[in-house]
Amino acid sequence: MVSDLSDLYQEILLEHNRRPRNFRTLEDATHHADGFNPLCGDEISLQLKVGFDKVDDVAFQGHGCAISRASASLLTQAVKGATSDEAMAKFEEFHRMLTEPDAELDVDLLGDLEMLAGVIAYPTRIKCAILAWHTLKAAMDGEAVATTE
Amino acid sequence: MTFASDSSAAGSGEMMSGLAAIDPYRFRKDFPILDQEVNGKPLVYLDNAATTQKPRAVIDAISNYYLLNNANVHRGVHTLSQRATDDYEAARESVKRFINAPDVDEVIYVRGTTEGLNLVASSYGRKYFKAGDEVVITGMEHHSNIVPWQILGKEIGIRLRVVPFSDSGELLLDEYENMLNDRTRMVSVVHQSNALGTVNPIPAMAELAHRKGIPVMVDAAQSVPHMPVDVQALGADFLTFSGHKLYGPTGIGALWGRSDLLNDMPPYQSGGEMIRSVTFEETIYNTLPHKFEAGTPDIAGAIGLGAAIEYLEAIGMDRIASYERALLRYGTDMLSEIEGVRLIGTAEDKGGVLSFYMEAAHPHDIGTILDAEGIAVRTGHHCAQPVMARYGIPATVRASLAFYNTTEDIDALVKAIDRVIEVFG
Repeated sequence: MVSDLSDLYQEILLEHNRRPRNFRTLEDATHHADGFNPLCGDEISLQLKVGFDKVDDVAFQGHGCAISRASASLLTQAVKGATSDEAMAKFEEFHRMLTEPDAELDVDLLGDLEMLAGVIAYPTRIKCAILAWHTLKAAMDGEAVATTE
Repeated sequence: MTFASDSSAAGSGEMMSGLAAIDPYRFRKDFPILDQEVNGKPLVYLDNAATTQKPRAVIDAISNYYLLNNANVHRGVHTLSQRATDDYEAARESVKRFINAPDVDEVIYVRGTTEGLNLVASSYGRKYFKAGDEVVITGMEHHSNIVPWQILGKEIGIRLRVVPFSDSGELLLDEYENMLNDRTRMVSVVHQSNALGTVNPIPAMAELAHRKGIPVMVDAAQSVPHMPVDVQALGADFLTFSGHKLYGPTGIGALWGRSDLLNDMPPYQSGGEMIRSVTFEETIYNTLPHKFEAGTPDIAGAIGLGAAIEYLEAIGMDRIASYERALLRYGTDMLSEIEGVRLIGTAEDKGGVLSFYMEAAHPHDIGTILDAEGIAVRTGHHCAQPVMARYGIPATVRASLAFYNTTEDIDALVKAIDRVIEVFG
């Protein structure tokens, strides 16, 4: 699919790549998982602090491309303060946004995550955008490792 | 290496060297796939170390086999089977000639380099290696020349010794020499690194190994397509390569080995073709090369490989090498001028690989931007993660050259890298 590169690399996405939010480690994490994309070598380590079914804090470390880094950064903003049900609902909507062309999306639920909508035009990059979310799900399910394979 | 003689049918008299050795525009016409637009831009195919494109001669040979001659080989008395067998065995002769093997029976068809390496590790290794023995490889091996030995290591208890390399990507030969000892049972080394482009000094390495009676296996996947390769001049004992990197089809490749070694090795796989006689009590194995070719082989693939070799012989591998080296120099000069681009692999003896890293942008993002400009490159660790670790980087962008690439292709790459810098600053 031919798509304008600027749809993919929006300035705000590049800004998240340069200065990712919550790019740190948590002292008192309750949940943790590592995510790998074996294809490109992207690695992300995600930590959560969950209390009373709410994500009180979330942070990540690791390395990867701009898409995966910005996606992880946006994820931390999206799930901080959310219940695990809300976080999973966002994951589901985010997944739909990247895999179902012409889907009617709940843009209120997505919020800033919508800036990754352009990734749908780049099938080889969808895994980059979704890695952090698989890692989040693994952490919440009590699994140590998530991969995009 | 000398490029003095021109054995090709296409040229005559004194061979021109450097960029003048080849008119790529003439040969591009033989590769129909190159004539297309990708993402609205003319395709610039610079992923030849991953796989090369196929000339029409190869596509036609495969197509003609299925259209006219399809039959099983070495089986029927009927005419089609004879034709298929003749073409299949003629291709083996082409492989023999192409790598200057002493004997055609030493040429074994395999699925590719990976299978060639696995065959030797499994068959030779299981027969001769014992706990405490050592296999020497290098730090720039593809995973396919690491993992088969590691698996044997776990099974038998052999130890893997790894020859380090310098920042420019050249093996430290003193360290290599010191590693060879009376426990060393095999040296298995890549001829040209897929990630760095380094061409390793196989003759010198083989001589050192042979002084201690150690056989040498050569992974020639990246060298056979880009320079004249002569198994006898190299001093190899085993050498393997893939057809699809040699402008031939996927799923076929060749393993060459010294017949005295191959004869004493047990079969790799078993079934039809590889036996001479079977009763329920005993099986007598077939002779070389069939002993190592169990089951109906990739007949069309072998015929396609033979066609690719004939196509390349008509151009001349010395001309191809001369041209690609010159194009590499052009590309190296151009990329070196771009601020923020760090070339990974700058060995003096180097094939057409431009691996690079940019602090500003991840290789994956660079790959996407290049693709938007119609440029195909490989991004990632190139199945050589230890090489990436050596340089402390997760991945590189790799532009890899073929004789159908032009200086215009390099110029397009440079322009697209400028675009990367625009986007990522």
